[in-house]
Amino acid sequence: MGREFIDGNRAIARGALRAKCDFFASYPITPATTILQEMQASLPDNQGIAIQAEDEIAAIGFCIGASMAGRKVMTATSGPGMSLYSENIGLALMCETPLVIVDVQRQGPATGSATKGADSDILFSRWITSSGLPVIALCPATIEEAYELTYHAFNLAEKFRAPVIVLSNKEISMTRETVDLDRVKLQPVINRNRVLPDEAVFLPHAFTRPDEVPPFADFGGDRVTRHTTSTHDQAAYLTSHPRIIQEMIDHYFAKIDSAAEEIARVKTDFQQDAETLIISYGITSRSVAVAVREARSRGIKLSSLVLQTLWPTPEKAIRSAMTGVKKVVVPEMNMGQYRREIERLSPPEVKLVGVAKMNTQLLTPQEILEQGTVL
Amino acid sequence: MNAPRRGTYLNERFGALAFCPGCGHAQLVKAIDRALVKLQPDPSKVVIVTDIGCIGLSDRYFITSAFHGLHGRSITYACGIKLARPELRVIVLMGDGGCGIGATHLLNVARRNIAITLIIANNLNYGMTGGQHSVTTPFQGITSSCPEGNIETPIDLCATVAAAGGSWVYRGTVFDRALSDVIVGAIEHRGFSMLEVWELCTAYYAPRNKLDKKGLLSLLDRSGFKTGMIANAPRPEYSEQLRRIGRKKQTLLRNREQPIKEIYDNTVGKQIGIVLAGSAGQKIRSAATLFAQASMLAGLNATQKDDYPITVQTGHSVSEIILSPERIDYTAIDSPDYVVLISQDGFMATMDRFRRLTEHCTIFAHHGIELPQTNARCYSIAFAAASEPIGRNAIVIVALAVLLQISGLFPLEAFSDAIRRFSEKNAREINLHAVRIGKELAKKTKKE
Ligand SMILES: Cc1ncc(C[n+]2csc(CCOP(=O)(O)OP(=O)(O)O)c2C)c(N)n1
Ligand code: SF4
Ligand SMILES: [Mg+2]
Repeated sequence: MGREFIDGNRAIARGALRAKCDFFASYPITPATTILQEMQASLPDNQGIAIQAEDEIAAIGFCIGASMAGRKVMTATSGPGMSLYSENIGLALMCETPLVIVDVQRQGPATGSATKGADSDILFSRWITSSGLPVIALCPATIEEAYELTYHAFNLAEKFRAPVIVLSNKEISMTRETVDLDRVKLQPVINRNRVLPDEAVFLPHAFTRPDEVPPFADFGGDRVTRHTTSTHDQAAYLTSHPRIIQEMIDHYFAKIDSAAEEIARVKTDFQQDAETLIISYGITSRSVAVAVREARSRGIKLSSLVLQTLWPTPEKAIRSAMTGVKKVVVPEMNMGQYRREIERLSPPEVKLVGVAKMNTQLLTPQEILEQGTVL
Repeated sequence: MNAPRRGTYLNERFGALAFCPGCGHAQLVKAIDRALVKLQPDPSKVVIVTDIGCIGLSDRYFITSAFHGLHGRSITYACGIKLARPELRVIVLMGDGGCGIGATHLLNVARRNIAITLIIANNLNYGMTGGQHSVTTPFQGITSSCPEGNIETPIDLCATVAAAGGSWVYRGTVFDRALSDVIVGAIEHRGFSMLEVWELCTAYYAPRNKLDKKGLLSLLDRSGFKTGMIANAPRPEYSEQLRRIGRKKQTLLRNREQPIKEIYDNTVGKQIGIVLAGSAGQKIRSAATLFAQASMLAGLNATQKDDYPITVQTGHSVSEIILSPERIDYTAIDSPDYVVLISQDGFMATMDRFRRLTEHCTIFAHHGIELPQTNARCYSIAFAAASEPIGRNAIVIVALAVLLQISGLFPLEAFSDAIRRFSEKNAREINLHAVRIGKELAKKTKKE
């Protein structure tokens, strides 16, 4: 397509279509609404379906059903809708249902400011459902990344049979920019493993090692298959057997945790001998880029680590970036949500400085430098 | 080769039934089995979706594919499955409890006419949680959450769903002789079908209200609710309609976008910010987009952010445009290089920026807007008067043409070119005219 002037929501829809998404359902909410419009305008292309549901619970319910019947599905919302997704995200985790969820974050809590940005749902996305099972969440900083990470989210969802959350922000989704999506490098499309064993009884959650991802049988395929929201065994039948229950829980954890390094995506801009490191994600990382250039032009040594994967925490990258630095600055468009993760991983001698703002405005490069005591 | 005829669709688990003795759910499951035996579907082409509650235990007894979902949400999964694979038979088993918590899905599936079969096991209370009242508990019925008698009026589910457009609605009881035939009818209906089945919860509702088979039938009789076929009015099914629209759209799917080549030069050396402020209805946002697209034709990168009240047809409309020869990282404009004000609303919405304006800023303000003292350079221009021949919608294009002509950021021809390429067809000529007006106006304009 070449250079064009589009907003993040259009890029998200394009990423989904490139990943061969063929089922979309959502309930309108600013700043995510135009994803529905984009999908409705484009999906017949892939013989796909894009519909408006009666509420967010139905939207994600449609998607879960369609995914179980073999479709590649996506839904999109903002903070208020994420609340309504919560119980079904738990179901998708335990039924191991591939599903892409776009959360275009806005100023919360509750209705908050519909048309204003904030990274409101960083921790919420991690602890979105009962039980604390691990989730995958990616966080784009630009419109190209919104495209790329949405595409990538489908690959992860299919590969790990899991819901994957894309944490956009009004500031990305509703800002238009000059982009050339052709220049974004994409990995090949991954589809869920549908190679089923010959055994007479098909086990929808078959694994021998806990970190294995079980093959998936679509509803309507040759094999009879089952899913259940209740605590179950590998055959998807209700169980009350503590050993089996623990095995299943361990499986849900191991599947994601053991792949944490594979899922981890970060961008680095390290400077030799820098004593200060800024760790950021999403739209704020772009203010950081300007701040870093500014500081360096004044002769201050400064490194930057930008996280594209937020969950599971890219621990190795964060730990290694922190070695040798004296100060870590964590600027966020919320009151300091991800800072807790950094704190957990930082060596005791490192001084941690959070820069927090949640007034709907982007953090300015100046605020990051001044409040982060970089200058 | 034909598959051998199946004598049952129940598996060996059914022998060790989880329901209480005499529970209506067991009879219902058997009736569904008899219906499947009559229809002889391939078990992998049937999906039984159960809701929560004791009725939600029943999917495990069938040899078909199955899904036990969240409380009240079984209809949504069934719709997703059916939309994804219309060739499947999708049967939902839901209790009266699910009809309360998931009432919106009940109404909406009926309205949409998605071809799933919904069987409601109405035992007049929540069995699984200990016999609390549900939306169908009769008035004065005794439950654990209304031991003095229910003071709520029950919903007539069938009448409600029929009113919502249910194309096949039937009320029966688990004691109906022909229940399995009715189920066959429900499954074969080409559209949404709902079968409400009254039955006994032998652990709670029946003993508390001294109900047996006879008592239940007489209760139903006294309720005044209709029984038997309540609606049978076939109409177009939802996914058939979706596919029809999809095919139409596919032929219409035009390439909405075209790549923006770099054709013109520009004089922009560093990142600059332009604030364009006016009122709703002045086409601020679309003009800002055309301007940004023009800058791209001139080899620049651009960003655009819009601010306007949620009630889009009133109040201010402000667009912020950033232009840069480099990639743009920070997309807010803390200190604009240009401010274009074409209405009082726009001024009010951007007023608090004016304190911070530097001498590097140039303001183009509509004649009559009273600006506070600033360090900025200022032009006061009668945009509206000049735009008279072309109307209110193009004032903003005139103003942007003036800005371009005076600033020389990139050639006016790039702006006209972008208008030719990207303007809505019906606005194209007017916008091109507006550029010419702006060019003339700029020549006559002097700094204040
Ligand atoms: C969101 C949610 N709220 C509450 C419950 C607890 N709960 C389990 S079963 C049930 C009632 C089920 O009643 P009904 O649908 O009539 O089925 P029955 O047990 O009578 O067959 C409730 C409220 C739940 N599982 N999920
Ligand atoms: S509690 Fe009621 S509904 Fe549940 S199994 Fe027993 S009789 Fe049936
Ligand atoms: Mg009940």
